Amino acid sequence: MSPEGEEKGASAGAPGSPTRPGAAAAVAATAVVKRFGALEVLRGVSLEVARGEVVVIIGPSGSGKTTFLRCINHLEKVDSGRICVNGQLIGYRERADGRLREASRRQIAERRAEIGFVFQSFNLFPHMTALMNVACGPLRVKRMPRQRSLDEAAALLERVGLADKLEARPLQLSGGQQQRVAIARALAMRPSVMLFDEATSALDPEMVGEVLAVMRELATGGMTMIVVTHEMGFAAEVADRLVMMDNGQIVEEGPPRQMFAAAAQARTREFLSKVL
Amino acid sequence: MVATPLLSVAGSNPAGLNFDWAFFWHALVRPNSSFLLGFATTIYISIIAMALAIVVGLLLALGRRSRLWPVRVFVSLYIWVVRGTPLLVQLVIVYDGFSAMRLFSFSDVTVLGIDIQGVVQAGIVTLALNEAAYMAEIIRAGIASVGVGQSEAGLSLGMTPGQVMRRIVLPQAVRLIVPPLGNDFNAMMKSTSLLATIGVSELFLNAEEINSLTFRTFEIYSVAALYYLFLTTVWTLVQSTIEARLQSQLGIPRPPTFRQRLLGTGWRPAGGRVRDSA
Repeated sequence: MSPEGEEKGASAGAPGSPTRPGAAAAVAATAVVKRFGALEVLRGVSLEVARGEVVVIIGPSGSGKTTFLRCINHLEKVDSGRICVNGQLIGYRERADGRLREASRRQIAERRAEIGFVFQSFNLFPHMTALMNVACGPLRVKRMPRQRSLDEAAALLERVGLADKLEARPLQLSGGQQQRVAIARALAMRPSVMLFDEATSALDPEMVGEVLAVMRELATGGMTMIVVTHEMGFAAEVADRLVMMDNGQIVEEGPPRQMFAAAAQARTREFLSKVL
Repeated sequence: MVATPLLSVAGSNPAGLNFDWAFFWHALVRPNSSFLLGFATTIYISIIAMALAIVVGLLLALGRRSRLWPVRVFVSLYIWVVRGTPLLVQLVIVYDGFSAMRLFSFSDVTVLGIDIQGVVQAGIVTLALNEAAYMAEIIRAGIASVGVGQSEAGLSLGMTPGQVMRRIVLPQAVRLIVPPLGNDFNAMMKSTSLLATIGVSELFLNAEEINSLTFRTFEIYSVAALYYLFLTTVWTLVQSTIEARLQSQLGIPRPPTFRQRLLGTGWRPAGGRVRDSA
């Protein structure tokens, strides 16, 4: 037990101040530190994402992009720092003295329901049809009436171009189709933020386009998105802001065109020269 | 000359092998009512004990994953002791030992108008508690085999850990639990014959009684063996039906048929992937 575990976030911001920074932001991460044993994976990451903004995080493998994304919906606990989604702490509750304690399982679940997460490996539920994969969140978590949840699920699957695959099982679908079901599944919870963790990295090249098309449509529709990807074309076209991470820290951020054309940091230029 | 002793043994039965075909056939196809009752007892004890074992085994498996260390320690100790001692010894301890120690003795009760002897209760409870230890390990392995990504997907939808276990993990674990569970149920149906030692009037005890009255030893035990074989064969059929249903839930085509299962021919073990054609 590190002492920071008990006092995490005590120094971050000014607790109780009336206009806390990031209160209006969709996602506000402040000085997030995450360790796996002795390895410090996140070394003080701060990032604010406005409502409707599309932020694309790039960086080499092991730079902490995925871990940071997983911290945002508390799939990973943070060692210090704090993350707020829609102005509310995720994963923790603040005690009267300003210290953070891990929230109850139910509170954590309620926060997570507002955040859509799309995994690199899809993680569809293989024992359910595509339709039930999409419907089960609203059905089980929001306790929506069964027929309504199925109707909404069918509409979402149609929106991602899978109207003819409602009764298909995940194992019967291609990777691109599975990932589109997974996006529909996340959208079914009507999240205010969508997190994409290398959503196209496990796909055959010819299937990348169909998934990116769905993501592009979402971005155009005003969804708040944080996207970890190696698809630089997508980043250039869709991102409002590009964030470069390396070695557990944000190296540089800015408008994608500007960064692609003339990144300020040598590390960013070096990385981009390899991937562009 | 050389084989004199053997000849003298054979000579005690000048008519050749001592096998009463008519007796065997009659015992097989027209068993008396008490033998049939014993057969029924074997069946219902097996089913009830297995059902209880699944419930207790699930609780033990979940207990082993508990956040509370005393629960984990208790479950580990339980599984260690129960799996490490013979079922026969457990039976006599629970029925005779507890009673002799004046700790607890099973008395006859009537449930829903059906009389259940104390000794039958002891048999069911012991079989169930014994099997639960094995089931706990089977269920634990089944749960562990469901990828962590499945849990994370459920959690990220806003499910609580309990919902994830119930809706996502266990339904998938079942597919991996059923084959070893079926194996254990097969073993348990045969283990019920041990209940004869504490006096449960099940299939084997009835065979023993017929033997002591008729001395048609080979015949009646062969009949008993065939009845057990019948039970396990029916179970094989039931199990393959259950497995086929669980496979089809994943959209995996063409599970092995009963004949293929029984004879072990004509099918290859299913891999994780679906093939378009076979």
